Amino acid sequence: MRDDDFFWDGARERRLLIQRCGECGQVRHPPGPMCGRCQSVAVDIVECSGRAKVEGWLVSKHPTRPDDHPRIVARLRLDEGVAMISNLQGIALEDIREGLAVEVFFQEIDGKVLPQFRLAGVTA
Amino acid sequence: MRPHPITLTAIAGIGETDYSSNSGRSELHLAAQASLAAIRDAGLTPADIDGLVTFTYDSSNELELQRALGVPALNWTGRTPFGGNGAMATVQMAAAAVASGVANAVLIYRAFNERSGARFGAPETSRIMGGGLKNDFHYDFGFDTAAKMYAMTYQPYARRYGVTSEDLGRYVVTARDYAATNPRATYYQRPLTLEEHQASRWIVEPFIRRWDCCLETDGGSALVVTSLDRARDLKQPVVRVHGAAQRHGLNSRTAYDVYRSDDDRAADERSINEQLHRQSGFRPHEVDAAMIYDAFSPAVFFGLENRGFCGPGEAKAFIAEGHIGRGGSMPVNTHGGLVGEAYIHGINSIIEGVRQIRGQAANQVAGVERVLVTGGSALVIGTP
Repeated sequence: MRDDDFFWDGARERRLLIQRCGECGQVRHPPGPMCGRCQSVAVDIVECSGRAKVEGWLVSKHPTRPDDHPRIVARLRLDEGVAMISNLQGIALEDIREGLAVEVFFQEIDGKVLPQFRLAGVTA
Repeated sequence: MRPHPITLTAIAGIGETDYSSNSGRSELHLAAQASLAAIRDAGLTPADIDGLVTFTYDSSNELELQRALGVPALNWTGRTPFGGNGAMATVQMAAAAVASGVANAVLIYRAFNERSGARFGAPETSRIMGGGLKNDFHYDFGFDTAAKMYAMTYQPYARRYGVTSEDLGRYVVTARDYAATNPRATYYQRPLTLEEHQASRWIVEPFIRRWDCCLETDGGSALVVTSLDRARDLKQPVVRVHGAAQRHGLNSRTAYDVYRSDDDRAADERSINEQLHRQSGFRPHEVDAAMIYDAFSPAVFFGLENRGFCGPGEAKAFIAEGHIGRGGSMPVNTHGGLVGEAYIHGINSIIEGVRQIRGQAANQVAGVERVLVTGGSALVIGTP
């Protein structure tokens, strides 16, 4: 039993899920067993809007073990308020700005369905 | 006013192995060798040790090291949850144990085959960083090296203050100048020019180049902490612990500390400064030299500003003006730093601080009475 199974189960169903305290309503990510604000273990799993803003980004390459496809790793702020690490796709590196609005989509990467992000308002 | 209990302790012994890229020995072997050197440096024997401290990631189990050294009994053990930034926290733990009386002489150790074994800079997949951390939320997305983590933390700072790769390079050139005249350093007699720094390849574009990264070292370092009174009777000049602090604000994480705001991190840094001041009676920048954790060059910029050597955004000018270099007003990383001497996660930087106070450093600064050693945790040591 892990505290984060729901997140990956949700990703397989193309849903971006996070925890919200069942007592005080504070959202948290990455998942954990207890609310750090009110110490309740009651948890609601909520589906996110999928909208986020870019806070930081970098090109993920490594000299000794290069990625097959260099990825843009980004720190995002979900509209729900929590920070999340994910990837940006379909956006040129030079077009990325702090505060850029992006939205979630899902893709299988290395055998695992992961949330990924692209420019908001662009359909697949 | 009564002295703070932590200031009634001392670093009585320092020990190191050789630093190489292929030790040919096990990590436990390196830990035992460095530990024995530190114990003997203090004029003690393994039978005098009754406490062991290290930090997360270390592969050498406390009880296996005890067995290797023949330490008859341990009354105190502990590990800090930091990565390499925890180096100075280990001294706080050891000093707290000694000050409280639960241990008389605590051995601190750190040893790795970072180059010939599992390469430390390589992408992480399954390395255990502690049961509570959800590394799936980082590694699966390609956020899997310490260099990338530093780049993520550094970039808002670089954007705000216009810090360039050349600015980072000026720190690295300074550190390599010190390393070039430190016979223990990996880059002994191998200084670096700014042009060479700028020509080196990107590790994380466009923030961190090859020469901004610390070494991957095979080697071990160790310290012995005991009471100030006892240290006066031991072999070496007394190096007193004037202050030692760690701070983990809510939601902080080992290495992948990306869930907090800049304000959260700033609160941690203020707390470290306040803890050091409360213990020692002086401000962390009121020292004669500083050893600043430099796993990646941006960390030195944070260290200079967070500890008050200069104001926010002023580190690039402070470095460019030569303050931290040879003959400067505040020599920094006089052993060559983790980018020039070795990367034993900052324990080797504490050793350099001890040497400066004892007057035993390769690049000895004249008249050193107090040294700050800092990263995510911090330590002020000095003459009694």
